[in-house]
Amino acid sequence: MSAALITPATPEQLADAVRSAPRVVVVGAGTKPRLAQVADTFARISTAKLRGIVEYEPSEFTFTALAGTPLREIAAALADKGQYLPFEPMLAGAGATLGGTVAAGLSGPGRFRFGGLRDFILGVRFVDGEGRLLRLGGKVVKNAAGFDVPKFLVGGLGRFGGLAEITFKVFPRPTALRTLRIDAADDAAKLRILTAAGGARWELDALDTVVGQPAVLARIGGPPAALDALCAEILGRFPGRALADDAAAEVWRGATEFAWAPAAGALAKFALTPAQTPEFSAWVRSLPGGCGWIGAGGNVGYASAGAGANLSAAPWPGVTLRGHGPLWLGPQRTPAIAGAVKHALDPQGRFPALND
Amino acid sequence: MTASAPAPDVVRRLTALLPAGRVLADAAPLAAYESDGLTAFQAKPLAVAMPETQDEVVAIVRFCHAEKLPFVARGSGTSLSGGSLPFAGGIVIALNRLNKIVRLDPAQRIAVVEPGVINLAVTAAAQPHGLHYAPDPSSQSICTIGGNVAFNAGGAHCLKYGMTSNHVLGLKAVLATGEVVEFGGASREQIGPDWTGLFVGNEGLFGVALEITVQLLPRAEVFHTVLAGYRTLEEAGEAVSAVIASGLLPGAIEIMDALALEAASAAVHADYPPACEAVLIVELEGPREVVAVDRVRLDAILAASKPVEVRPARDAAERLAIWKGRKSAFSAVGRLSPDFIVQDGVVPRRRLGEALRKIAGWSRELGVRCANVFHAGDGNLHPLILYDGREAGALERAEEFAGKILRMCVEMGGSITGEHGVGMEKRDYLPDMFNAEELACLKRLRAAFDPHGIANPGKMFPAEGAPALAQHGLHPLEKAGVISRE
Ligand SMILES: Cc1cc2nc3c(=O)[nH]c(=O)nc-3n(C[C@H](O)[C@H](O)[C@H](O)COP(=O)(O)OP(=O)(O)OC[C@H]3O[C@@H](n4cnc5c(N)ncnc54)[C@H](O)[C@@H]3O)c2cc1C
Repeated sequence: MSAALITPATPEQLADAVRSAPRVVVVGAGTKPRLAQVADTFARISTAKLRGIVEYEPSEFTFTALAGTPLREIAAALADKGQYLPFEPMLAGAGATLGGTVAAGLSGPGRFRFGGLRDFILGVRFVDGEGRLLRLGGKVVKNAAGFDVPKFLVGGLGRFGGLAEITFKVFPRPTALRTLRIDAADDAAKLRILTAAGGARWELDALDTVVGQPAVLARIGGPPAALDALCAEILGRFPGRALADDAAAEVWRGATEFAWAPAAGALAKFALTPAQTPEFSAWVRSLPGGCGWIGAGGNVGYASAGAGANLSAAPWPGVTLRGHGPLWLGPQRTPAIAGAVKHALDPQGRFPALND
Repeated sequence: MTASAPAPDVVRRLTALLPAGRVLADAAPLAAYESDGLTAFQAKPLAVAMPETQDEVVAIVRFCHAEKLPFVARGSGTSLSGGSLPFAGGIVIALNRLNKIVRLDPAQRIAVVEPGVINLAVTAAAQPHGLHYAPDPSSQSICTIGGNVAFNAGGAHCLKYGMTSNHVLGLKAVLATGEVVEFGGASREQIGPDWTGLFVGNEGLFGVALEITVQLLPRAEVFHTVLAGYRTLEEAGEAVSAVIASGLLPGAIEIMDALALEAASAAVHADYPPACEAVLIVELEGPREVVAVDRVRLDAILAASKPVEVRPARDAAERLAIWKGRKSAFSAVGRLSPDFIVQDGVVPRRRLGEALRKIAGWSRELGVRCANVFHAGDGNLHPLILYDGREAGALERAEEFAGKILRMCVEMGGSITGEHGVGMEKRDYLPDMFNAEELACLKRLRAAFDPHGIANPGKMFPAEGAPALAQHGLHPLEKAGVISRE
């Protein structure tokens, strides 16, 4: 059975769509297919038509957009006013939507400096399992009224509700960015650089490394006049070289678009601590067809592997984004309370369960 | 929601759970726990338990769960919204003795702390490693991390660095069901739904935080802190807009009005530019090369904003003096008046001028004095409404004033609270922000964590059976004789 795709164009229509079937799953552009890979018994609701920026006030550092709005469109509107989402949302080039990005809880290299997606989400309108359209959180940069449900929905894979509209905080874009490729002979050297550079006075904007490449990638943002001096000091301490702007853009596009990971293989995200990165790198290398990327100064690891690789044996908690393996990987701690919380938001189990 | 067993029996069994001397049930010592930072409300708990270990906290919460006995976790009791006001006849769990910094890892830039650790103690421990804990509520020298977590406390640096929840990576807690949970961890990234994010800001309604993992940030290398005086509040507000429009991202943008300035100068002998209705504080921070460029832009913007006077801090001591004046303003204004209410609403930043004009108008109309000290960069107002509770009708006028401000914030598309939480004080205004279905959703979530409704009952949500919209005068619990104010 291949159910028809429902394509609501307004939040109210999304609520109707949720009520229209006993089991539903909301999908965006499908750039993280494993997250919505559920049984055929789920009616699929696409946010393809639920798109557009609803409100954008550059002077408030906030915007509100419908969940199906492509990240690309948002990035362009923000760039027009000299602003950006500092966490650098992933897969914008592949067409990822804002809602799918929230549900997946993915942040890009820029999360190193000011925090991840969870740190910039302010409010949501979402449809609960009973088809009620609810607005929680706020529309201003600061709000402490009510429980922080918007944050809870980050990384929730749409299991607790369907996102209709999301409000974010944004920042002014740094005037310039420089990327340095710092030499690092092995994983131990990388860890030393991640630790020292991450805690240094330079306030790096991104600090990543590709598994198997003898280098750490460091990015720094600010006024051009300041960056020359800062980069010179960094390279004085850690030998390496500055990348030309187009080469740098290509490197970071590789990170946000998973350009390093073969499209056919499995792709998974893991939460790490910097100290775990040498072990993570060794593990990735041991996988058949394994390759990987470490981001956020060693706090996130992405692994890709060919068929037959068993990613669930990883000793760190993870989630599969692409491929057919289990959704949740490694040690998972689901609190007993999770069932009660799911019941509070979706009593009849209309959306998939966390383990579906 | 009242104890099923007779009170003396409950106290006896609670006492038996802890080593001797750690449950207070006599009237005299209990008196110290009858209020928090919002002294208008007082309630007498049945007993105060003072655990020293996480296991003891778990045992107390499980006991309360089994007995359906209401409890209120308490840090330093500095909540300004009645968050730590006891439940009459319930238990207060005083967490001050759980004050260990369990682990501080300078390489990974994290600290694991118990809930009773004082906010400033985290930064003090991190400082030798060139690190700091970013959330800096004005109460940071006394408030606890547990209280900060429960209230998602803010501070002067939220625009750039966010609130408490942006710095909590994980936590261990005992829920009101008795379940001990561990959310998140030492990684800055998370997998799956953000349970940590949901727990932070729960106002003590989900359970008790036992251990909290926070991120530490490298301490900014240099600061450029400027104090600028303006003839009018509006001009100060326009200067804020100009700074924001410039694309600079200051660490802090704060405003103090004339009454706050008068109080602060009396309290800490701060010296402010004369004849100013408002003082603006803007702070840039970062690597010296970046600040050197940005400060030139900031100085030019401020020079063009028609200030009476601009005073950049020339050294660390002058910077500290500026912040001392700002952070003492609350208590300083408090000293001008026997009683006060602090409001904490948020308005869109571009409407700050309009909001302040309205507040000034109501102040004149009602004859109630009001000082404003606030986080201008966030649009987070902090009107301090001064009144004398001994004067007939004064409290009612102050509450009417507060209500007008809260509703204005909601009407402007803002929030009733930016960082002080809803607590007891603003619970009747929650329906101004959320409709019945949204409130019901929040209540179902609460019930998932606390099916018996024993964790900090009576806070955040409008009193059952009370009119949904704000009431003035006597509080429903006062009418019921459960709480009183003096
Ligand atoms: C002079 C002054 C200035 C202030 N300035 C600011 C400011 O700038 N920004 C700001 O945000 N706030 C400010 N506050 C408010 C207050 O300090 C904060 O809300 C603070 O977080 C409360 O901490 P506390 O330890 O005093 O908590 P308490 O008042 O003891 O408790 C607050 C709430 O937290 C709950 N709680 C406490 N510990 C735990 C725990 N371990 N687990 C679960 N729940 C718990 C309590 O039940 C209660 O609901 C100020 C207060 C004062 C008096």
